[in-house]
Amino acid sequence: MEQATSDVLQDLRARVAKLDCTAHRVQAVLPFGDPTIDARLPNGGLAVGALHEVAGGGNGVVDGATAALFAAGIAARTSGKVLWCMTRRDLFAAALAQAGLGPDRVIYLEAGDEKSLLASFEEGARHGCLGAVVAEVAKLSMTASRRLHLAAETSGTMAIAVRRWRRQTEAADFGQPTAAATRWRVSALPSEPLPVPGIGRARWHLELIRCRAGESADFFVEACDGEGRLRISSDLADRSLDARDGRRRA
Amino acid sequence: MGADAPKATTAIILVARHGSQQLVTAANAEAHRLGLRPGMPATKAQALVPELVVHQADPEADAKALERLAVWALRYTPIVATDAPDGLVLDTAGADHLHGGERAMLNDIVQRLNDAGITARVAISDTRGASHALARHSADPATIAPSGRPLAAITSMPVAALRLPASMVHDLRRLGFDRVSDLCATPRAPLALRFGPIVGRRLDQALGDAGDPIDPLRPADMIEVRRTFVEPIGAAETIARYVGKLVTELCAILEEKGQGVLRADLVCQLVDGRVQAVRVGTAKPLRDIKRLTRLLCDKIETIDPGFGIESLRLAATLVQSVTPAQSATSLLETAEADVTDLVDILINRLGKSALYRLAPAQSDVPERSFIKVAPTAPDTGSSWPTDWPRPSRLLNSPEQIQTVALLPDNPPVSFTWRGARRRVKRADGPERVFGEWWKTDAELIAVRDYFRVEDEAGERFWIFRAGDGENAATGSHHWFMHGIFG
Repeated sequence: MEQATSDVLQDLRARVAKLDCTAHRVQAVLPFGDPTIDARLPNGGLAVGALHEVAGGGNGVVDGATAALFAAGIAARTSGKVLWCMTRRDLFAAALAQAGLGPDRVIYLEAGDEKSLLASFEEGARHGCLGAVVAEVAKLSMTASRRLHLAAETSGTMAIAVRRWRRQTEAADFGQPTAAATRWRVSALPSEPLPVPGIGRARWHLELIRCRAGESADFFVEACDGEGRLRISSDLADRSLDARDGRRRA
Repeated sequence: MGADAPKATTAIILVARHGSQQLVTAANAEAHRLGLRPGMPATKAQALVPELVVHQADPEADAKALERLAVWALRYTPIVATDAPDGLVLDTAGADHLHGGERAMLNDIVQRLNDAGITARVAISDTRGASHALARHSADPATIAPSGRPLAAITSMPVAALRLPASMVHDLRRLGFDRVSDLCATPRAPLALRFGPIVGRRLDQALGDAGDPIDPLRPADMIEVRRTFVEPIGAAETIARYVGKLVTELCAILEEKGQGVLRADLVCQLVDGRVQAVRVGTAKPLRDIKRLTRLLCDKIETIDPGFGIESLRLAATLVQSVTPAQSATSLLETAEADVTDLVDILINRLGKSALYRLAPAQSDVPERSFIKVAPTAPDTGSSWPTDWPRPSRLLNSPEQIQTVALLPDNPPVSFTWRGARRRVKRADGPERVFGEWWKTDAELIAVRDYFRVEDEAGERFWIFRAGDGENAATGSHHWFMHGIFG
């Protein structure tokens, strides 16, 4: 009797697994290339066929400068063309090129409103021949994000939503749940000190706020280099938690 | 006529036989100035102006020329018809956004016709009748009537604006009907008794109360396939199914001719005589059944089938020969995936200007350092110089900031931007950008000094001073915020 029950269960499990198309597909990942960050992510990197969310911290929620560069750094390390959807025209292509995302690779899409932006974003994520799709969105509902995530999952294209709001107060929206696989917040930190007057390599406080099948974490990193790679900041890496908190408050 | 063409200051008229006498059918601007009008006897005109150039009118050649112009106008919308003797009718519903809106489209039409030596008057309104009236009788050569109120647009127009025969207009005016508003205020029955039903019908058509179908022009050599239905169809799925069949047929013909579609029009003839059209464009000549079907089916929701569609016609209005290309084999490295189909889908949805790539331009001025190129433009491999960091956000126009700064070449100690004061902790610069003297005279000695500054919180900005800090002629010496670094 027990044997029969377990057989039925086995059979059911097999059938469910067959229906669940994601289960038997090996989840491809795009590692950051830095062991400290990759160790905190499931499978050792950002899932390729998935939706990821990035927002800036502080004033970055309005200008989205750090978030855009972080997204550009990730997109630069994929191969193929990149579709960048936006409603506001203030992205500077030369900066993307300096993060490794050259002008030949980015196709910009300017949508009139958020609705057509999301539709184009989804179309891009569904297509499958792009390296990555980036969209600067303000509102991202659960339904919209689930659609995007499914589209990215079926095509194996990385979809990155750069969250960017019109006003500082609207940024509370970032607390709302979405279907994104990871959620990041990137805030600018004072740059690396130089022995001479000037500004060194930019540094970020990178917070992994939410991570599906993983734990949240935060890192102090040096911003994207010419190939879009991050690196754990050497003099901040081993700092104790108290000191980091002190720094954050300053 | 080339070198033999008469000068613009010569008065020219065209004449045609009308009954037993020669009448003027057209007069150029100079002849108009001298008082010659269409409809006056040719002998009288010749008596009024001694050195008048008279040509025999050739209505057949005119009609042919108008038809050629109509074929050209297919670039704007699939539904174009000639409005003899001197007009074109374009149904631009759903096509204007592809040309940047109604105003931009009108300007483009006028500009292009002007370049070809044709002075055009254009109007957009809700109905064909109102557009006809506005284009010919409005003071503005490019009129856009507000949507929803065709009566207000044409009420002050003369009766002649209503597309009535000239003799009828003459009789109406004799009876005291000068303007359209006079006709609107009169009971219809006596008018119909005196002039027949046409006055009332034209009025209704101009006001949008009666149908006014346009019979779209079809060039003889156009590749097209059509399907007529015994029972009118209306459901989106049914339309999609037949679109699929039409595309298969069209692609077979294109295959035979070795050509691909650059622009395809799907024209639906409705039961009530109306015509609805859908247009799709492609970046490269396309002969792929699946992709073309996808593009057309994406637009089905814009069709309003009304009481049903009687026939569907799919025409390739712009074709180009397809050159076969070697496809990648497993021996070669995997070629970069083709995204032309995605580009086509998005362009057809959002308009041509919505999708672009930015290519480096030879300019040091940041806002001029890039140009838009087509999304499918070939890769150039060039990029921007990487010696100086560039901000990831570039403000659309530099915003003035208040600063405390030492002249001539120190970065500010602090600055106030959008009401927030920030102390500069670190700074880098200046990077001097000179004005481009070949663009405007004002830029001859203009200078911008760019600084990269970091405030206490670690946010990095790109600010500049207009002027070199010493010579007041080089700029206002105000400071501006121009970008935000990531």
